[in-house]
Amino acid sequence: MRVALFVTCLADTLSPAVGRATVELLERLGHEVVFPEEQTCCGQMHANTGYPAEATALARRFVRVFGADDHDAIVSPSPSCVGMVREQFAALARAAEDEQLAADAAALAPRVHDLSELLVDVLGLEDVGAVFPHRVTYHPTCHGLRGLGLGDRPLRLLRAVRELELVELPDATTCCGFGGTFSIKNADTSAAMLTDKVAGILRTGADVCCAGDASCLLHIDGGLRRGRAGVRTLHLAEILGAT
Amino acid sequence: MSGFASAARAGLDDPQLRRNLRQATTTIRAKRDAAVAEVDDWEGLRTAGAAIKDAALLALDAHLERLEANVVAAGGQVHWARDAGEANAIVTALVRATGADEVVKVKSMATEEIGLNAALAAAGIAAYETDLAELIVQLGDDRPSHILVPAIHRSREDIRALFERELGETGLSTDPAELAGVARRHLRERFLRVRVGVSGANFAVAETGAICVVESEGNGRMCTTLPDTLITVMGIEKVVPRWEDLGAMLQLLPRSSTGERMNPYTSLWTGVTPGDGPQAFHLVLLDNGRTTALADAIGRQALRCIRCSACLNVCPVYERAGGHAYDATYAGPIGAILSPLIDGFERHATLPSASTLCGACYEVCPVKIDIPSVLIHLRGRVAREHGAPPSERAAMRAMARVLGTRRKYELAQRALRTAGRPLSRDGRLERRLPGPLKPWTTFRDLPAPPEQTFREWWRSR
Repeated sequence: MRVALFVTCLADTLSPAVGRATVELLERLGHEVVFPEEQTCCGQMHANTGYPAEATALARRFVRVFGADDHDAIVSPSPSCVGMVREQFAALARAAEDEQLAADAAALAPRVHDLSELLVDVLGLEDVGAVFPHRVTYHPTCHGLRGLGLGDRPLRLLRAVRELELVELPDATTCCGFGGTFSIKNADTSAAMLTDKVAGILRTGADVCCAGDASCLLHIDGGLRRGRAGVRTLHLAEILGAT
Repeated sequence: MSGFASAARAGLDDPQLRRNLRQATTTIRAKRDAAVAEVDDWEGLRTAGAAIKDAALLALDAHLERLEANVVAAGGQVHWARDAGEANAIVTALVRATGADEVVKVKSMATEEIGLNAALAAAGIAAYETDLAELIVQLGDDRPSHILVPAIHRSREDIRALFERELGETGLSTDPAELAGVARRHLRERFLRVRVGVSGANFAVAETGAICVVESEGNGRMCTTLPDTLITVMGIEKVVPRWEDLGAMLQLLPRSSTGERMNPYTSLWTGVTPGDGPQAFHLVLLDNGRTTALADAIGRQALRCIRCSACLNVCPVYERAGGHAYDATYAGPIGAILSPLIDGFERHATLPSASTLCGACYEVCPVKIDIPSVLIHLRGRVAREHGAPPSERAAMRAMARVLGTRRKYELAQRALRTAGRPLSRDGRLERRLPGPLKPWTTFRDLPAPPEQTFREWWRSR
């Protein structure tokens, strides 16, 4: 299968290892990865902060860049950005009464997948042949959990990893407090939420906190490091890519 | 820092409050989950609930006129109030006309919203709250902090001290049953004495003129049956078209709000019945911003709200900041959308941003209000119509320009790396950064921009 990588602006700029692991994992599984280099950002930050005009312009750009049919599927290591493309592009198109964008977004939506969806639903895999000898706890980021309804797909993938000990995170489904610009506008409330999330992670005794979204991981990692907790954060792709 | 962010400080800095809130919401969440899990087709029921409320809102004028006709036909009187001032004037005049100078009240968000108690007090009329939690709030000269459990921020010890001080009791323990007993004795005397009752309404049925109030303590039934005169203040969005509609609503509300299969008391009355219950019934239909909210095509779904408060109980922001941080009648996620929609953006411009968009509220809403989408929509209205900070607008526009072309985007990535280099240590940025990232970096580390972006790696392979 030929898969186009939608790496997201945040992972591209601040967490390149997530993109690298996604590429290496898919190639190891025998698939071809293409990277449309014109991609920048899906516009989620603008849309969620209340700047739909700017977000719509970025959405139009996105459907142009990824609209080509030289690939079978699009994959992203970020459920929130997948949700943006799948759900919010249509809403932006409606609000802007942009029929072309609505049609392009509708055509694109079923082809865009979160990494765990691509692996489990499209490729029919649970065991990707990874080996990771660590104690791992998993935070199911809000947009993956409720937005995309990923369910236990990421957990099934993690359970199939050799030598990995999966431990349950207390209050796993509670938000870590990131929320994009929320963490800047309401930094204190966000910090209180992060404190509880970090405490939950520490209670598990895990070496690694895993999640499927680079942005939430950035936030959780910021809290763990500041507290010198000694727990690493890794994206699901990085664990599944490990051999 | 202004609005919600600064108002949240008091709650965040109060460990006792946070413990109380955490414990109360955790308990009620578990009860709700269990009560909902018992229903075979909860999703179907939610869809039905949303459809019933939408049908009511779609022809609100017609349903309200039908309700009015049926209330009048059953011997009641109907009054229309455009805003809080009109509603308070109507209720005050109605109480005065009875010659009474005191009323007993059923817990009601509508009367909270219009500040009825203060308006009555100004007219020399005493209003006694009879819901236990409302009584606690009233005796403490406090503000409610939760739609359903207004005194959720109070501990048992607070309540014991309050009752000793305000009700002239001594030697009380913190046993909930003992405290409730004190309140019961205090209230019973008032139920039997006071001749005017004031209630809100959970639902009103257009086709019959019936009004419905649900509650857990029985105080509501006392207030709606013992007095000679009953005055109900009801937001116009509480009407449902048909009697059968109550079937879905009375399943959705108690399971979502108190985690019960059915609430202990459901009172329904239609006009007046000679020789039985109040002999005068007045229904005050309150707009107070609701028709303005109705004009917002995306925001209007907030008017489906049946005030169950499930969204407050699952909201991680509410749990930490507390209800007072919203500085509005309605707290929590629903308050964050309802307050600006019905009460205007002037006081509530920061509320749509008081959410991480985690979606927990939407998941539990019994009438499927897509709160995250409405929040996003209202953030847009704030940015366009109500003056978002110029710095935010400038930053968003600048970023959109950078992200608008590959060349500018890649230049910006390199510029970020260059700027980050002198501030970096061990792959992290030096602790506190100036400017907009200062609050972020007060509590969390930021990673230093890495030596190679993903796309540079891709090109280099």
